[in-house]
Amino acid sequence: MGAIMSDLEQHWAETRSLTTWILIVWFIFSMGIFFFADSLNSMTFFGWPLGFYMAAQGSLVIFVVLIVVLNTKQEKIDEKYGVAEDE
Amino acid sequence: MEQAKKTFIEMLPKIYGMYTGGFIAFIILMAILEQMGLGADTIGILFIVFTVVVYAGIGWLSRTMQVEAYYVAGRQVPALFNGMATAADWMSGASFVAMAGGIYFGGHGYLAFLVGWTGGYVLVASLMAPYLRKFGCYTVPDFIGTRYGGNLARLLGVIVLVVASFTYVTAQINATGTIAARALQIPFEVGVWFGLFGILLCSMLGGMRAVTWTQVAQYIVLIIAYLIPVFWMSNKQGFGLIPQLVYGEAVQRVTELEQIHQVGVLKPTESFAGLKALTVPFVEAGTGMSSWKFVTLAFCMMAGTASLPHILMRYFTTPSVKSARRSVAWSLFFIFLLYFTAPALATFTKLQILDPNLATGIIGKSIAEVNAIDWIQKWSAVKFLAISDSNGDGILQINEFFMRGDIVVLATPEIAGLPYVISGLVAAGGMAAAMSTADGLLLAIANALSHDLYYKIIDPTAETAKRLIAARILLVVLGAAGAFVASLKLTSILGAVAWAFDFAMSGLFFPLVLGVWWKRANRQGAVAGMLLGFLSGTWYLYMVRWGGMEPWLGIDHLRFGIIGCAVNLVTMIVVSLATEEPDEATQKMVDEVRIPKGETVLAASH
Repeated sequence: MGAIMSDLEQHWAETRSLTTWILIVWFIFSMGIFFFADSLNSMTFFGWPLGFYMAAQGSLVIFVVLIVVLNTKQEKIDEKYGVAEDE
Repeated sequence: MEQAKKTFIEMLPKIYGMYTGGFIAFIILMAILEQMGLGADTIGILFIVFTVVVYAGIGWLSRTMQVEAYYVAGRQVPALFNGMATAADWMSGASFVAMAGGIYFGGHGYLAFLVGWTGGYVLVASLMAPYLRKFGCYTVPDFIGTRYGGNLARLLGVIVLVVASFTYVTAQINATGTIAARALQIPFEVGVWFGLFGILLCSMLGGMRAVTWTQVAQYIVLIIAYLIPVFWMSNKQGFGLIPQLVYGEAVQRVTELEQIHQVGVLKPTESFAGLKALTVPFVEAGTGMSSWKFVTLAFCMMAGTASLPHILMRYFTTPSVKSARRSVAWSLFFIFLLYFTAPALATFTKLQILDPNLATGIIGKSIAEVNAIDWIQKWSAVKFLAISDSNGDGILQINEFFMRGDIVVLATPEIAGLPYVISGLVAAGGMAAAMSTADGLLLAIANALSHDLYYKIIDPTAETAKRLIAARILLVVLGAAGAFVASLKLTSILGAVAWAFDFAMSGLFFPLVLGVWWKRANRQGAVAGMLLGFLSGTWYLYMVRWGGMEPWLGIDHLRFGIIGCAVNLVTMIVVSLATEEPDEATQKMVDEVRIPKGETVLAASH
């Protein structure tokens, strides 16, 4: 019983740390960088002012990728501890 | 029975493939008929009637009397299709018709909505969807009521859900009415009821199952209707094949033109009801308070997204926890397709209007010349735009051109000189967007009232048939109430769409998150948090909107959810810690929710 519990605890600890990392990246690209949008606009990215680009497209792309990364890693964690669903 | 269901799910790609082909064939047929001389009005009517009849047909075919099918579509919707359905559920008539216009007028500041309405899905994927799916609830208050225990917590969940969703749904019914009225040339009041009739046909007989399969169909229509005109216009005007990837230079050109035309310097000296002149430079982000306003708005939209029940409940319909997670990724991808197009469309429209070197440019030309243009005449006749030579010099300046934001999407085909069939397509797309969101919202409210209020609180012995009939009666009554409110045209007191997000985050965000992520969270904490969070948010909204209070730190009526959710969080932690910890059964339940393997926490049919 003890071993099973600690496995579950480990699973949750890894899930929590993955989620924390995802949320840090999320914070940076959803809010953090936009405090500096004005400075970013002095740089250009394939023709776009960078601050405008991030808000109109860049951050959106990052969000999609971020969820895919989260899913892939979480599925690995679930399999590692044998708590993935049977298919 | 099981066998038949399997084949249906396996056949989905084929069914929707044929459906998409059929829709494209219909567009081509309309284009041919237009060439043969069919009138623009008839084409518009055919587009609306044809698509609405198809949705209603899907709704009829999906009718059911099973609880599991009615509330969660039998939990068998594959991730990809649930992603499409969520995208349609999510993108409202406002996203479809008004977003590009919002960017046109608001520039960088408005993009906070784009960031918020997409970034929220990271929260849904990481904090909510997989865990709520594992829980096995039918509705969002079902989770609150079971996790925290007690009817009071459940009831508060229902109240927040109803307030947030109803704020949103009247705007959607209003949009279906506007589109139906224009396309079918009937009075707005009649259009509202026609729209409601279509909405109810999609949801009443089959509940979540019917809404799921119509929403997939509606997504296909709306995304085709949004992208085709943009691609076509872009190619025709020489902006490139995939304009979303190459409009950077155009953004810079717009900035130059705005300086030439003195955008932001020349202020309008007249005003027209519902119309605006361009006064905000496109890319200017500003510092200090402007950045703060951007970030706070994005935060509200993100936390609101992760708390809105009509979105969360879509992830209850997938076959597994894993597919719920994957389905969030698909949802965001399908939403992204429209959202990354809107700023490109806003940029091109701006360029076409501002650039004197383009044939379409109007600013800087003589008033007489501009007044002779077809699309100007057509849209000023319906009061969507106005031209007034305020300074009497005979030349159109930037502060003398007034329009409604919706024009950016609605008039694109005409500004670029595309055939009328494209305008019909755009109307069908707007209708699909508004109907799918209205359906999701009405169902979320009716399901919470029938499942949580009627079955779980009032009459736990009610039999299945009675529960499902109650759910349907509620759907009709709520729809009628929504349509009635919409037909009163009380636009000035019907709040902004943003309010729905603020209400939802004030009441539900932390009770949902902490329910999974903090075992120590208990009933007393959740009840106090929801109550005080929701009340303080609402009070703040009232005070800054009508009570004459100065917004605190720039947190205005669009951002009141920040106050509500902060109060909610603090109250929940303090009260939870001051009272006893949840019992062992509840703690075990939380452990169960955290792993994908095993049975759902709530029985399959409850």
